[in-house]
Amino acid sequence: MTELRQRVAHEPVAPPEDKSESEAKVDGETASDSESRAESAPLPVSADDTPEVLNRALSNLSSRWKNWWVRGILTLAMIAFFFIIIYLGPMVLMIIVMCVQIKCFHEIITIGYNVYHSYDLPWFRTLSWYFLLCVNYFFYGETVTDYFFTLVQREEPLRILSKYHRFISFTLYLIGFCMFVLSLVKKHYRLQFYMFGWTHVTLLIVVTQSHLVIHNLFEGMIWFIVPISCVICNDIMAYMFGFFFGRTPLIKLSPKKTWEGFIGGFFATVVFGLLLSYVMSGYRCFVCPVEYNNDTNSFTVDCEPSDLFRLQEYNIPGVIQSVIGWKTVRMYPFQIHSIALSTFASLIGPFGGFFASGFKRAFKIKDFANTIPGHGGIMDRFDCQYLMATFVNVYIASFIRGPNPSKLIQQFLTLRPDQQLHIFNTLRSHLIDKGMLTSTTEDE
Amino acid sequence: MLELRHRGSCPGPREAVSPPHREGEAAGGDHETESTSDKVSGAERGGRRALAGSWLEAGHLRARVGPVQRQETDIDDRYGDLDSRTDSDIPEIPPSSDRTPEILKKALSGLSSRWKNWWIRGILTLTMISLFFLIIYMGSFMLMLLVLGIQVKCFHEIITIGYRVYHSYDLPWFRTLSWYFLLCVNYFFYGETVADYFATFVQREEQLQFLIRYHRFISFALYLAGFCMFVLSLVKKHYRLQFYMFAWTHVTLLITVTQSHLVIQNLFEGMIWFLVPISSVICNDITAYLFGFFFGRTPLIKLSPKKTWEGFIGGFFSTVVFGFIAAYVLSKYQYFVCPVEYRSDVNSFVTECEPSELFQLQTYSLPPFLKAVLRQERVSLYPFQIHSIALSTFASLIGPFGGFFASGFKRAFKIKDFANTIPGHGGIMDRFDCQYLMATFVHVYITSFIRGPNPSKVLQQLLVLQPEQQLNIYKTLKTHLIEKGILQPTLKV
Repeated sequence: MTELRQRVAHEPVAPPEDKSESEAKVDGETASDSESRAESAPLPVSADDTPEVLNRALSNLSSRWKNWWVRGILTLAMIAFFFIIIYLGPMVLMIIVMCVQIKCFHEIITIGYNVYHSYDLPWFRTLSWYFLLCVNYFFYGETVTDYFFTLVQREEPLRILSKYHRFISFTLYLIGFCMFVLSLVKKHYRLQFYMFGWTHVTLLIVVTQSHLVIHNLFEGMIWFIVPISCVICNDIMAYMFGFFFGRTPLIKLSPKKTWEGFIGGFFATVVFGLLLSYVMSGYRCFVCPVEYNNDTNSFTVDCEPSDLFRLQEYNIPGVIQSVIGWKTVRMYPFQIHSIALSTFASLIGPFGGFFASGFKRAFKIKDFANTIPGHGGIMDRFDCQYLMATFVNVYIASFIRGPNPSKLIQQFLTLRPDQQLHIFNTLRSHLIDKGMLTSTTEDE
Repeated sequence: MLELRHRGSCPGPREAVSPPHREGEAAGGDHETESTSDKVSGAERGGRRALAGSWLEAGHLRARVGPVQRQETDIDDRYGDLDSRTDSDIPEIPPSSDRTPEILKKALSGLSSRWKNWWIRGILTLTMISLFFLIIYMGSFMLMLLVLGIQVKCFHEIITIGYRVYHSYDLPWFRTLSWYFLLCVNYFFYGETVADYFATFVQREEQLQFLIRYHRFISFALYLAGFCMFVLSLVKKHYRLQFYMFAWTHVTLLITVTQSHLVIQNLFEGMIWFLVPISSVICNDITAYLFGFFFGRTPLIKLSPKKTWEGFIGGFFSTVVFGFIAAYVLSKYQYFVCPVEYRSDVNSFVTECEPSELFQLQTYSLPPFLKAVLRQERVSLYPFQIHSIALSTFASLIGPFGGFFASGFKRAFKIKDFANTIPGHGGIMDRFDCQYLMATFVHVYITSFIRGPNPSKVLQQLLVLQPEQQLNIYKTLKTHLIEKGILQPTLKV
């Protein structure tokens, strides 16, 4: 999360020796970014990754502005990259999500190794990656079965794999578990249990989130793009507002954040979300659920947009009427939902960032890694997204769509005949009650 | 898990307890000398040297404090060291007081201490087994309550260990937050169960309808409230401890709460799916102990030095036989075999049904080599007995790994037992550590091999769809059923 620049003039860079005494104070304050590179970090930080090109181009500026420019350029580079992969389509997006997930996992596990000095623990690196593989296999298997149903039914080995999918995943996990138990070494029990716990919590956080992101993606690319952009926008807007107007500190965990930035970011994000959803709801490629077409063997986004994405007239309440001077406004219903999404992104999303800040302070690290120059690791950029994906998924499941009809049919077909008959009759009486079916108008 | 009485000598003497506090940790090099001055045996140093390389190079993880006078020791640093030292440096956790009832103590006061212990364990074992039978007799609802009670107690035991390990009993908010998370996760799981199994009951009540429809959202909101409270409760000196307790709570929830809900789902499938696995694990414990006691000679694994290969293999065979017989006995009764259903008219749980093919006697022709042994052409068995072989095999071969995991955990944190709830046996968690994997296995086994998805859940999801979607599905189903001959095509509607 972009940290606000201190408005107070900061003290000249302290020589490393003095740092030791003020180490106790570091928990309370965060040095501004330019100082951080000069002083010795508590954990060995990887070498500065800023490309040489940038270094030379900016070598003339003072170190404060240089940092600002590096961050700015990288921000624009990341946003441009985001647009490119959106253009490339859902398949590439899925692959990118998976790569981000693996990198985040790697970053957090590496921190665990550094904290516990456990890099040489027998087996442990292998086991961590093995568990990552198992859990991914389980989740991807469920997704594939859901969305690629026809493809799976055609191929015999895939069909068997999907029928016994849970059993196979459980067996794979059990193998890892038994290997862990057998690898316990007398002097290192506690470390090994810590790393086991650390791995599992990381899996819980990183892997489940990434799969919820992919579920959202399949619902329609707009459900993927709007939440992520809202979080990014909130970051940037809160930073800007804080930079220009920030005065009252928000929370002790992140001393650079201010209430002005928080509230300004909130309003800016809601407006941004409204505008963005207006723009995106017009295009089918964003709005339609992603489907796998068997004939062309690729993903297609082609459909009749649902009600959410059709312009409707809304009457403006009297209060706003006088302000704007319009009687009615044409909006997509989705824009109303986007207000909920943006509100969550600005009000609760930052808690994910505070959690990550607290984590970094607890383990005395400045950044998760040094992958992105000026920003830190991948996890630093994605810490606020953490809760957003789950929220969007729960939101969709609760308010937007019900269960997936084709999945239901699939489940129905595996039931016993008497159960099928029972369900069929219940459904029939329900439909007759609702008036959807009458005894004489049923067409065969 | 019952530990075998060891036939050999005790393991090496425990390392002396080192002082828990270390003020003013110096940088890497000093740390090395300081540790060697510890009262540790020479053997430990070899182990530590293996990690010494990484310690030295990452030595500056320690706060670079001058050799000094830090006014307030950063608690994080103190316990930070706790993490990276090897096990030998960790002080032992003092066990809670002995809770053997006075009656037993008086009755057994005459015997020597070894036999006294044996008798206490034996009596408590029989007590627990009779309690188990009693609750089975009282029915499924009582069983559900029992499972819930055990889950809460296990959670409490593990969390208490966490507090003792990290001396974090006074952390602000943390006890409240742990119980709050337990409540949230239970609410989430029980809500899903209730919606599935009490569908008719739920349809009646309006408020319940609302709660069910938005169940996931409500559960997520509750969890988020807890998460935000945690973030707001982070206190400057205790960050690391708080994160540890947060992670400890979540891993404990993952282990105990999901297991207990899988147990309840198995229970609803039919009480036999609850009874046979649990009794197989208990039987394996007891028979492995007995075989080890009488024949045990070769140690099985360094983690639990009292376990032997003879006990392991003997336990395996006896458990398979036991499971086979128990399955045969229980398969006869509708009470055990039928799925548990909630009937709204009588407002209680009933287990009445037409037993499925699994629980109907069938004749199997024996393969030739068994024919020669048993001198019978055919044998009539319940198909469920074949499944019980799979369940017992898992209980004897993989179940013990749950026990080894718990033993490793106890050694890692230098505790003898999880708690002292049951005299002679330790805590509830000590008795249930092998059950840990069994419940998940049975659940996965049932969903993969026995039954498909739950019909009432499918129905419930159908009823939630949009009317047009329902109509489409109705038409598809009708075509399918007519094709299969289940539905007569002469049906008007």
